[in-house]
Amino acid sequence: MHLAYPAVLAALLFCVGVYGVLARRNAILVLMSVELMLNAVNLNLVAFDVWLRDTLHAGQALTLFIITIAAAEIGLGLAIVLLVYRNRGSSDIDRLTALADHGQPAPDGPDLPGPAADDEKAEATA
Amino acid sequence: MTLTALAALVPLLPFLGAAAALLLGRRAPGFVRPLAVLPTATAFVLAAVVAARQGTGAPTDAAHRLTATGSVPIDLALHLDGFAVLVAVLVGFVATCVQLYSVSYLRDDERYASYTALVSLFTAAMFLVVYSGDLMLLLVGWEVMGICSYFLVGHYWENETARAASIKAFLVTKLGDVPFLIGVFALATDAGSFRISRILTAAAHGQLQHPTLVALLLLAGVAGKSAQFPLHTWLPDAMAGPTPVSALIHAATMVAAGIYLVARLLPVFTASAAALAVLAVMAAVTMVGSGLAALAQDDIKRVLAYSTIGQLGYMAGALAVGDRAAAVFHLLSHGVFKALLFLAAGALIQVAGTNSLSAMSRMPGLGKRAPDVRWTMGLGLAALAAMPPFSGFFSKESVLRAAEHASQGDAAHVPSAVGWTVLVAGLVTALLTGAYATRMFLLAGGSRAERPAEAAPPAAAEAPAEAPAAAAEPAPETVRADRKVPLPMLTVLWLLAIPTLAFGGLAYRELPDWFGGGSLAPTLITAVLGTGFALVGVLITYAAWKATDATRRATPFGAVVAEPPGVEPALVEAEAIATHEEVYGDIASAADPADPGRLLLGPLHRHAAHGFHLDAVYSVLFVRPVLAAANLVRFLDREVVETYVRGAGGTPRLLGAAVRRAQNGNVQTYLSALLAGAVVLAVLVAVGA
Repeated sequence: MHLAYPAVLAALLFCVGVYGVLARRNAILVLMSVELMLNAVNLNLVAFDVWLRDTLHAGQALTLFIITIAAAEIGLGLAIVLLVYRNRGSSDIDRLTALADHGQPAPDGPDLPGPAADDEKAEATA
Repeated sequence: MTLTALAALVPLLPFLGAAAALLLGRRAPGFVRPLAVLPTATAFVLAAVVAARQGTGAPTDAAHRLTATGSVPIDLALHLDGFAVLVAVLVGFVATCVQLYSVSYLRDDERYASYTALVSLFTAAMFLVVYSGDLMLLLVGWEVMGICSYFLVGHYWENETARAASIKAFLVTKLGDVPFLIGVFALATDAGSFRISRILTAAAHGQLQHPTLVALLLLAGVAGKSAQFPLHTWLPDAMAGPTPVSALIHAATMVAAGIYLVARLLPVFTASAAALAVLAVMAAVTMVGSGLAALAQDDIKRVLAYSTIGQLGYMAGALAVGDRAAAVFHLLSHGVFKALLFLAAGALIQVAGTNSLSAMSRMPGLGKRAPDVRWTMGLGLAALAAMPPFSGFFSKESVLRAAEHASQGDAAHVPSAVGWTVLVAGLVTALLTGAYATRMFLLAGGSRAERPAEAAPPAAAEAPAEAPAAAAEPAPETVRADRKVPLPMLTVLWLLAIPTLAFGGLAYRELPDWFGGGSLAPTLITAVLGTGFALVGVLITYAAWKATDATRRATPFGAVVAEPPGVEPALVEAEAIATHEEVYGDIASAADPADPGRLLLGPLHRHAAHGFHLDAVYSVLFVRPVLAAANLVRFLDREVVETYVRGAGGTPRLLGAAVRRAQNGNVQTYLSALLAGAVVLAVLVAVGA
């Protein structure tokens, strides 16, 4: 099999993953997109491993390694998403902007509660 | 123990007592009283032993160099001679008396521990000044005394008067200390040493290059410390401190430090006729001015404060005519009788419940209520007015005799004009001293007639109507009669009365041996002149008092504080000080038409009561310009410098606001930017490759 097929497939998968990470709102879908990107890389690793006829099969070993790491990562990621959902009643990633720096802080006094705090309250009640 | 070790222990013991009292004051209040009295009393005994062992022998010098200090070495040096050991005995005696007196006077004071520690520290510093043989070491004690004075004047710091007075005392004495420090450096540079003995040797051989400059610079410090014109204004205000503090610091010892210093360094001063002339004029102005001011004061302690300034003027006058034996003789006798007067005044304030002489003069039978206080105060005042045979007579005669001697041109280095100045001023002051001592004695005696209580409403018509009821409450006779002077205080008064009575007469034959100077015995002409002038003052005041007697009966005046009889004496005084201004309308004088001082001084009374408006002059000359400059600096800082700071801060803030927009909290935006950056980098690398 020509190297182009798996390479193009991997590139397509990666692009789908990038699109998902950048554009999807749901955190779970974002995590799934990350998985897609990882798997695109895995595909490349295996394909090049075969094409280069590597006697040590470093590509395949690295793929197994990545699969393990990915399994752990997705476990943690899903747990975080679950907790966020429980706390806020939503897992929309573009509404989780609590770390944003909203506007100009007052020069002397303490920072006033900005829109972020209001958002959080709204989410908590939702 | 060697003499040196004994002498070193004398300042060390009160110092250790002060440190221990400060450390233990809160944790073990039971130890504070022994820690206050015992080290000071031991130091007094040791000072007496040192004096006995030093005796009239050659001066003892001992020095220890801790470390090399560059060009002019600084030694831990002791110098014991007749002056040092006798002044140390005086300091020890008065300090012990004051500590004993304070045990009763401030028995319930919550700040007693720190008070007594400061008094002990002060005593240690004064011993250091007295025994020191090195100007730098002396300066250490000198400054420690200054700061102790600041804290002790401000003992009642809840009270505005006391706060202002303590800051004033500190600033005015510092104003003199800065030139003093420069003078010490100049003197050491000229003489090549800080050791007093070497400086005196250099002065005797005429090796000082700028004697006038050095002497004038030193005189500034002396004027500040010893409250001489024009830096005397802090002393009357310093009476806002507790009475024992006034007795120890502002009458007997600290203010005498300046005189003592000049006495030690007298050859430096006699090397310059100009310095002597300045000292003589300073002393003369101080003497006469303070005598007039003392005659017009209403607060009993301010009368004593002005009289202290005047007596220090006598000592300065004796130094100006080059007779340090007379100056130190007067210092010794004055220290004892002025301490007695102050402590008696403290007891009297406690009994009377007011510090106003006008109010005291209307209290029925005040003298009979506290006969011991009355008697001891009478003895002290007789010594102050230099009545024979009290100690003040002999010491003042020795000063007048020295001045008379110098006016005949018989004293080496001293111009006869200086002698005349001191002599004339001294005689005029003798008259004034007799007058104000008599006025104080007569007014503080109360009225003789026993009047019914309702005829003596203490809150007077002259007192402002808005005087608070708590301060000007008409205290019933029973309350006042019950306020007794505690026995330890009376014991101290009688203890001090003994040397007041006998010291001068017993000592004037012995002292020349100790001081190595000429005779101090009174001569006929000065004795007759001085006593005559004083008697004239006494008689005139008595006549004036008689003349105003009818007015005094007719116009009720004054108010007493309403403290219960069992309260500690210091509280009565603190309240009397705090309310004096609002009850009588003025800190210094009262609008009492029956004051013999008012009759005697006539139109001068108003000016004399305010110390000839020197405070107002200072206010115009120094206080207001400094305040205006401070306002200008504040304006420059707030409005001009601040603008630049705001401008410098504003630009980064605007830039920051622009950058802050990127921080919108959306992770996906960040990732997009990251990706875009990675793509750009990749493209750049690809193109570059």
